[in-house]
Amino acid sequence: MARLHSREELEQLRREILARRDPGQRCIATCAGTGCLAGGAADVVEAFRRELAARGLTDKIALRGTGCHGFCEKGPIVVVDPEEIGYLQVTPADVPEIVERTVLGGEVIDRLLYVDPQTGGKTVREPDIPFYKHQQRLVFGANRKLDPRRIEDYLALGGYRALVTALFERTPEQVIDEVKASKLRGRGGAGFPTGVKWELTRRAAGEPKYVVVNCDEGDPGAYMDRSLMEGNPHAVLEGLLIGAYAIGAHEGYFYVRQEYPLAVENLGIALRQAEELGLLGKNILGSGFDFTARVHRGAGAFVCGEETALLLSLEGRPGEPRPRPPYPAIQGLWGKPTNINNVETWANIPRILNDGAAKFAAIGTAESKGTKIFSLVGKICNTGLVEVPMGIPLRDVVYKIGGGIPGGKKFKAMQTGGPSGGCIPEARLDLPVGFDELTRAGSMMGSGGMIVMDEDTCMVDVARYFVEFLTEESCGKCVPCREGLRQMHRILTRITRGEGREGDLEALEQIAETAVEASLCALGKTAPNPFLSTLRYFRDEYEAHIREKRCPALSCKALIRTWIDPEKCRACMLCLKKCPTGAIDGGKQRIHVIDQAKCTNCGTCFEVCPTKFGAVRKLSGVPVPPPIPEERRTVARARKQDE
Amino acid sequence: MEIAEVDRIIDQHGADPSALIQVLLEIQHRHHWLPRAALDRVAERLGVPMTRVRHIATFYKAFSLVPKGRHEVRVCLGTACHVRGADRVLDAVRDATGIRPGETDPDLRFSLETVNCLGCCALGPVMVVDGKTHGKLSPAAAADALKSYE
Repeated sequence: MARLHSREELEQLRREILARRDPGQRCIATCAGTGCLAGGAADVVEAFRRELAARGLTDKIALRGTGCHGFCEKGPIVVVDPEEIGYLQVTPADVPEIVERTVLGGEVIDRLLYVDPQTGGKTVREPDIPFYKHQQRLVFGANRKLDPRRIEDYLALGGYRALVTALFERTPEQVIDEVKASKLRGRGGAGFPTGVKWELTRRAAGEPKYVVVNCDEGDPGAYMDRSLMEGNPHAVLEGLLIGAYAIGAHEGYFYVRQEYPLAVENLGIALRQAEELGLLGKNILGSGFDFTARVHRGAGAFVCGEETALLLSLEGRPGEPRPRPPYPAIQGLWGKPTNINNVETWANIPRILNDGAAKFAAIGTAESKGTKIFSLVGKICNTGLVEVPMGIPLRDVVYKIGGGIPGGKKFKAMQTGGPSGGCIPEARLDLPVGFDELTRAGSMMGSGGMIVMDEDTCMVDVARYFVEFLTEESCGKCVPCREGLRQMHRILTRITRGEGREGDLEALEQIAETAVEASLCALGKTAPNPFLSTLRYFRDEYEAHIREKRCPALSCKALIRTWIDPEKCRACMLCLKKCPTGAIDGGKQRIHVIDQAKCTNCGTCFEVCPTKFGAVRKLSGVPVPPPIPEERRTVARARKQDE
Repeated sequence: MEIAEVDRIIDQHGADPSALIQVLLEIQHRHHWLPRAALDRVAERLGVPMTRVRHIATFYKAFSLVPKGRHEVRVCLGTACHVRGADRVLDAVRDATGIRPGETDPDLRFSLETVNCLGCCALGPVMVVDGKTHGKLSPAAAADALKSYE
């Protein structure tokens, strides 16, 4: 493609792209996001390619690999346009039938549709699936409509129009005012007002200035930044360009984790295409504005999501945070004013310029505006990425969108805000989603992880898990974080092993307080959150572990014993065959018994025991009943005669 | 690893101290570990002291200072996988391979790592072996899956 020299040339190109496209054309869009790829989407795309080629349809039917659609639970996802027929859990074996019946015949294939688990009703169009219907996909929705590797797709959707508005119709100050008026707050966790940050950086003394995209998304169980970067890199780049123009920066960096190879790859392609078109480089679209962007791969350190650590890492140094102030807006990369925003924050910018600040701010609560993308995972029926308006009650996210808890289990808590966040119990589920609302409930927004926990999840173990994670990720520079977390981890581990003692909770609270007060950066300051919030809402679980040596969720291995209920065992031999330590004694028509000395509580027997028997049980805080006498161990049939 | 290859990587990224992490990542990526000779060359050409090269190589988790096994096993311990029983999957993998996370067995068959999120939480608990995803694992299924890697 030839370099564009003016806004008119860009609009001309857009018209040409649109003229070549027939809105009624058949198109097969397969989700090629990380989740679906892990589920085999690449094979599905390849099968479509071969099928279309074999039928000589390659030129007639468009085939598109898109970014993540969000409904990861049911991947790989295929959508047939223009009707938007949504097929779920598609395998290569389904492909010939889809081409024959749907693409050519216009028929709907019933068995591949979404089935409502309650009513059994089927949904034909992808947007009508309840998972999507209750969302407001203003940022993330474009993923499904474009191939991230083709800038033409982004342009066809109106891409880079906001950049034109900024460069040709607004002064930098006007852009900043617009972003301030939108009340957009940073999506990376702290929720600082984006427009204010831009203004600080613009006004700071020192040249050059830098802009940075923070895609060092490290929270376990959170992958929305990844999916945006993989699925719509041009939206992030457009936001960055607008910000750079407003701030007066001519150089930018994308800091992307090397664990996200697809994001690095798609971003690289996007940058090359933008450069070819003259949307990057010298004198962009003839506006006189210059900008270059580089990709820096993060080498695996959770703490580098913290902005001062990230900047040091960009300089090729170890990512060890330094005290703030000075904030990066004043002294950032190479000591120069630097504006860092998270991926999702940047991706919101084009929309604010296109639709206006008022429209953006019309959604949400008083202090939290717009929409937010969450990764809804854990013990939830519909795992996936969801974009919801700020202010939506958590309950709606769990039940209307998430479809509730699988296996008829009871909801226990939702963990938000990543490892430094907190747990929200069932009693607080009507809480509206927002930065301040979540903080007041003892958790935080964070970058947007929502991990659902059910009755089988032990809250003490969850606290131990997060503190362990943060102990390992602590950079070690300051004592309250390095040593405090290590001690907290030690005590929590003891408690989950049944070695807790009186005074443990008080000691934990004291260490937590010190870490909150005295740590250098946000990692240490927020690290005790998982402990503090679980203690606030689930103190009884801690006390059961310490005083009764009992794990109410039957999860802590050291506190449970596995036992086979002789009344329920049908001697089917399944557990006996699968037991890795040979701890199960039994035989055909001989009731199985677990040798407690050999059992490691690995849980295999529990999982393989057929649900209709449900004979394997976990016990905690009560003695294991003695094995039944030999003469009563034979068998099911005898018992039937008794009846 | 040939010094000429190290030189090519350095030339691509520029012989500047700020390129240190990117250069080491590239060497790690191509070679699966960071041999001493390569580190010496990087220190010399980028003009950074060896202490800093080692600091980087040990601070960031992507780097390994010892050779890796033929098969890279990564068990996800992200929160979503954790609440679905990833710990027990890891126990099974440890038993099957005889090594702990961060280790490589003496036959160089497996290297075991734990990771924090693979971005496919719907499939949890998840393990990735040489880039292939094994999802919805029970401990027994994880051990079984490893048998096919020689």
